[in-house]
Amino acid sequence: MSASVAELRVGLATCGIAAGAEQVYDAILRSLDEHHLDVSVKRVGCMGMCYNEPLVEIVDDRGESTVYRQIKPEDAERLVREHVVGGSRVADLAVGDDEFLQHQVRIVLENCGVIDPESLEEYREHDGYSGLHRALLQMTPAAVVDEVKRSGLRGRGGGGFPTGMKWSFGANETGPDKFLICNADEGDPGAFMDRSVLEGDPHRVLEGMTIAAYAIGASSGYIYVRAEYPLAIERLDKAIADARREGLLGSKILGTEFSFDITIKAGAGAFVCGEETALIASIEGKRGVPRRRPPYPTTAGLWGKPTVINNVETLANVPWILRNGAGAFAAYGTEGSKGTKVFALAGKIKRSGLIEIPMGMSISDIVFKIGGGVLGDKALKAVQMGGPSGGCIPTSMADVPVDYESLKETGAIVGSGGMIVLDETTCMVDVARYFLDFTQKESCGKCTFCRIGTKRMLGMLEKMCRGEGTVEDIDRLVELGNTVKSFSLCGLGQTAPNPVLTTTRYFREEYRAHLEDAQCPAGVCRDLISYRIDAEACRDCKLCVRQCPVEAISQGDGAFQVIDELMCVKCGRCVAACPFDAISVQSGKVRA
Amino acid sequence: MSRLKTQQPKRPIDEVLASFPRKAASVIPILQAVQAEYGYLSEEAIKLAAEHAAAPESAVFGAATFYSQFRLVPPGEHLIRVCQGTACHVLGAADVLDSLCEQLGIDEGGTTSDGLFTLESVRCLGCCSLAPAVMIDGETYGRVTRAALPGILDRYRKGDSG
Repeated sequence: MSASVAELRVGLATCGIAAGAEQVYDAILRSLDEHHLDVSVKRVGCMGMCYNEPLVEIVDDRGESTVYRQIKPEDAERLVREHVVGGSRVADLAVGDDEFLQHQVRIVLENCGVIDPESLEEYREHDGYSGLHRALLQMTPAAVVDEVKRSGLRGRGGGGFPTGMKWSFGANETGPDKFLICNADEGDPGAFMDRSVLEGDPHRVLEGMTIAAYAIGASSGYIYVRAEYPLAIERLDKAIADARREGLLGSKILGTEFSFDITIKAGAGAFVCGEETALIASIEGKRGVPRRRPPYPTTAGLWGKPTVINNVETLANVPWILRNGAGAFAAYGTEGSKGTKVFALAGKIKRSGLIEIPMGMSISDIVFKIGGGVLGDKALKAVQMGGPSGGCIPTSMADVPVDYESLKETGAIVGSGGMIVLDETTCMVDVARYFLDFTQKESCGKCTFCRIGTKRMLGMLEKMCRGEGTVEDIDRLVELGNTVKSFSLCGLGQTAPNPVLTTTRYFREEYRAHLEDAQCPAGVCRDLISYRIDAEACRDCKLCVRQCPVEAISQGDGAFQVIDELMCVKCGRCVAACPFDAISVQSGKVRA
Repeated sequence: MSRLKTQQPKRPIDEVLASFPRKAASVIPILQAVQAEYGYLSEEAIKLAAEHAAAPESAVFGAATFYSQFRLVPPGEHLIRVCQGTACHVLGAADVLDSLCEQLGIDEGGTTSDGLFTLESVRCLGCCSLAPAVMIDGETYGRVTRAALPGILDRYRKGDSG
């Protein structure tokens, strides 16, 4: 006798929805209805396996689960008929590889993709708010600070500052008005960890904030969240209202004398607002321009009052620590970096998604064991970590463990959690140019070196991508980068040169190839490549001819086409159009 | 002129402003609410927002031009946002943006002459595993290719985008 189905879960975070999960959800409901079945279908957050979206999980009453991948609305009927009614697993639609989850440890993401994020009851069933109970009813604020100190938790937003220490600074300030801010201005391109937590398990963040507020003695809190995350805002809104109703927010929480409430502030699109003093200016209604520290926000922050600012993931760790104890948390990780870290694994990787690993796992284990290796089995070239503030770690250093100290030595950073895999067809000069283009646009303009320095660095990189300049320019670029780092006030300017400094350090040969030989070995920089049709492989179908916007392709001397390299604008459309892979990219500047 | 404005009746601006406390901290939420209603911030709207928040007009204009969310000209009926995140970049976002410029006959930031589309790039939509990604109004399209774009755009031209 097979077990009966207890519930179905459909991953409905932003990326699931983008992949069509809403239609799948509707189709499942329709199908269950047709079969007159009353089974619970739960809308859950991110399950992490983004490469397999849309995802449907079927859990039976013994707790056994089967995850189905890339489900289309037309598959829903089969899942219901064969699995829910028939009781047998639909093997061809199930996720085959367990390796993706096998190497992960889930603390922050323990509920993501498991519970209905809009249900406070379910969060409670999964031990939610028990950390808050313990803190408020059994511990003094000082004991809570101490617990977090002993856990070894460090800021997950990129800085890595010890959280317990930051809290003790806030707690030591006297005065009635103190603030707690949750920094959810996840601005790094290629990072979606915080969004997934906010969408998939919003109560965890509220619980972490309330514990933090109790520890430091704050009575009001803000969540500063990107306006580009409408679903996260919607779910936070509901979670806050539900928590207030249940006496978990507001006055006299859990019947104690402690009161605390939370307001959501939607950001308006400025990367620099991830920096804490700029974030404060933005909440105050001003342009998000950073100011000099000290005084640090823990002394004089929002409206001049002591303010502790923690990142989403940092706060999401707190309920677990209070529930399971500092020792259990510190059992994961390395000497200086305790616990886990969530990464958004993306780029040229087979299994992209949201992962959580114990600190200290090597980059190559992440890429090959969890990520399944490079897309198309190409060679791994580098891993970009930490977005515009981070750096590129080359394959030769892929054994480096992911912890704060080891990564700092490479010139990259743990960062907020973006991890972009780059392969042999990625040009590192172009990647550096890409990030400088980003930071240059996002510089607030206050510091001269950041405002003008990043602009000049971008200009130099653009020239290099065209093969213009000399090898000496590489050193000039590095010198300017170091100067920008030294003379900028905030984290944006201090870290903006990192992508350049790491790529010039590890991929100097690639820079030289651009400048000395006018070559882009990866075949990316348009001014340094040409397209060629292999006469042998060409079947003369002329699909490329029709695609070419500048009529650069004409009949060759026989049954094949040729590209006029001088006319070609390197749009790449012919390559995409060719069904026979007869057109290839050649490195080297075309000369008249 | 944007079709957006003529399509649905808008709440009067006083009504939009009324729900916010009269203090400087309201400036950004006010501008967000006004833009949500009208699609952009007119000169008049900035003036009224400043009055309401008791903040200098220059400071409100300063905030409106500092944050990338705000626009000072009316957008087209449909807003196309091309993700320029890192994952999208290494998987061909530049080509997607170029193709859109070409197919719509406008530059980045521009609006088509029929007022149907506005084309913008965005830092990161946060759905990196679907790279390259494009968002049109509220809808996200993943793994977008040059060849797929005409079909996607046509849905909005015929007005059956749902």
